[in-house]
Amino acid sequence: MTTMTATQQPAIAKAPGPWSVFVRVSSTIWSNGKARIGLIILGLFVVFAIFAPLIAPYGASQNGFDRSADPTAAHWLGTTAAGEDVLSQLIWGSQVSIFVGLVAGVLSTIIAVLVGLSWGYARGFGGDVVNFIVNLFLVIPGLPLMIVIAAYLSGGGIAMIITVVVITGWAWGARVLRSQTQSLRSRDFVTAAVFSGERPFRIVFREILPNMTSLIVGNFFGAATSAILAEAGLEYLGLGDSSVVSWGTMLFWAQNSNALLTGQWSLLFAPGLCIALLATSLTLINFGVDGISNPRLREGKQR
Amino acid sequence: MTSVTAAPRGAEGKAKSVEDDLPLQTDSSGRARQTTLFVLRKLGLFVLTLWAAVTVNFILPRLMPGTPADAALAKLAQNGPVSDATKAAIEAQLGVPTGNIFEQYVSYLHQVITLDFGVSYTFYPQTVAELVSTALPYTLVLVGAVTIIAFILGTLLGVLAAWKRGTWLDALPTLAGSFASAFPYFWTALLLLFFAGYVWRLFPTSGAYGPTATPNLSFAFLGDALYHAFLPALTILITSLGGWILGMRNTMISTLGDDYVTFAEANGLKPRVVALRYAARNAILPNLTSFGLALGGVVGGSILVERVFGYPGVGYLLFNAVTNQDYPLMQALFLMITLSVLVANFLVDILYGVLDPRTRR
Repeated sequence: MTTMTATQQPAIAKAPGPWSVFVRVSSTIWSNGKARIGLIILGLFVVFAIFAPLIAPYGASQNGFDRSADPTAAHWLGTTAAGEDVLSQLIWGSQVSIFVGLVAGVLSTIIAVLVGLSWGYARGFGGDVVNFIVNLFLVIPGLPLMIVIAAYLSGGGIAMIITVVVITGWAWGARVLRSQTQSLRSRDFVTAAVFSGERPFRIVFREILPNMTSLIVGNFFGAATSAILAEAGLEYLGLGDSSVVSWGTMLFWAQNSNALLTGQWSLLFAPGLCIALLATSLTLINFGVDGISNPRLREGKQR
Repeated sequence: MTSVTAAPRGAEGKAKSVEDDLPLQTDSSGRARQTTLFVLRKLGLFVLTLWAAVTVNFILPRLMPGTPADAALAKLAQNGPVSDATKAAIEAQLGVPTGNIFEQYVSYLHQVITLDFGVSYTFYPQTVAELVSTALPYTLVLVGAVTIIAFILGTLLGVLAAWKRGTWLDALPTLAGSFASAFPYFWTALLLLFFAGYVWRLFPTSGAYGPTATPNLSFAFLGDALYHAFLPALTILITSLGGWILGMRNTMISTLGDDYVTFAEANGLKPRVVALRYAARNAILPNLTSFGLALGGVVGGSILVERVFGYPGVGYLLFNAVTNQDYPLMQALFLMITLSVLVANFLVDILYGVLDPRTRR
């Protein structure tokens, strides 16, 4: 867990630039078999999302086809109760999930890094107060809190969902990063930086932060996974903007138009499978990320 | 919600392990006092957290634009103009806050302590307290029982996976677990409902008991309730099991690298004894901490599951309250859900102290 990735070179060597860190992190993740599968699945979804206008056979809410039709050659996954093409909705819907996952993941990781690092480095009474607040956010059940906030802010759409997910999702990462900061703070290189007169801000973000690349990357993928699942859950409950085409709203409309009774399995099966695959891909990538931080979790090495 | 980044889990626990060589106080009175102090400290923290959660529940609606009465009036206004008398009646019924924020807070605390949350306006004239107390047992039993089963089963599978690292006994539960824990709760629920409920007709499709049954404690009713609870329970089990397997596997792998495990093996102890009595016993502690935290996620997931199965627990009631903008009911339910999770966390904290004497100091 406390592996250094940056400090194992001779002291004279220049600190690696952000690009070489990125390349090294990516290649470590890629070297893990599970993570490689995850990266491939994620890549496919990203391609679908970016090139949706080219790939999707029809528009996202283009209707007028047969209603609640079973799969045919023209509509590979059938049509919805409103006469829209399920496959096209699926492809367009990937945009929403990936967007929400990316934005909510980045935002809650930024908050977690800012809170976690400064909280781990600073000493004194403030720490106890932050500790209490973070624990409070950890212990209050997330989804009920999201539902309640979403109910008050009804009709806010995707921006509202991202806000709610970030409010409830930053605390876990903050705590993890804080305990790592605390254990790094007592290391010699930090003491050396303090004695050489560096300002606390620089010590925290230039000396300590680079040593936590793996934790931060892992935290991002974890936060993005829960954001995607939460977004789908809220939209399934009808708490988002139900006119936006996303995987969550597809399931919302499927249940409301009694797809269970009419036996339209593709309408129920496909959106959920996409959510599950996207979330799994991020979880699988995290296996590779765990490998950077803990060599014991790397593949191919017996205990 | 189940975070899979398991590496940092043991971090806080391990920092203390330097000072745990010998018990400093061996007389029983000193130990008893230590235990009492530990419980009191945890109890104080619990009460403080509870107060904070109650206060969050108070502040939240006041941060939001509009009041419940405004929302209800806006709904009514869609059907035509609203007279002043109707407006006054709605404001009286929904309890528009009077007085300054401090007075409101005091009367709110009084309401919470006396469990008087007023009248639900979706299920008028039933009171919120009645509705919540009917729904709470279903969720508590369902979520509580399934979570404990999932924890025990997942921990055992995690121990097995770590011990048989690199074989199919490791690969299968790890991969299946991480795939299943990425399933959205409501999707697993929808699939089970569709196949086991509608296509194969093995299980009832909604409700917590048959249409003719009345809730009592007879075996016939309990059997019926169990039959109705099976699919929701299976959903929660499938989606939450993976987190426990992965968490236990990762802490177990770290523990297996520790010197005392190597020493136990070198002493010629049976592999099973080393795995269960030495490694697993220590690896389970960090996993137990995440038990309390993961509970919040399971409770959240159960809301979606209850919605799918029309299971009359707290989650389904919350869904109804939210779709009908029944704010008094919604607030009380959120408070009750938070309270349940807090109590569970408190119990886990105490249990942790019992299992790991180091935390009592």
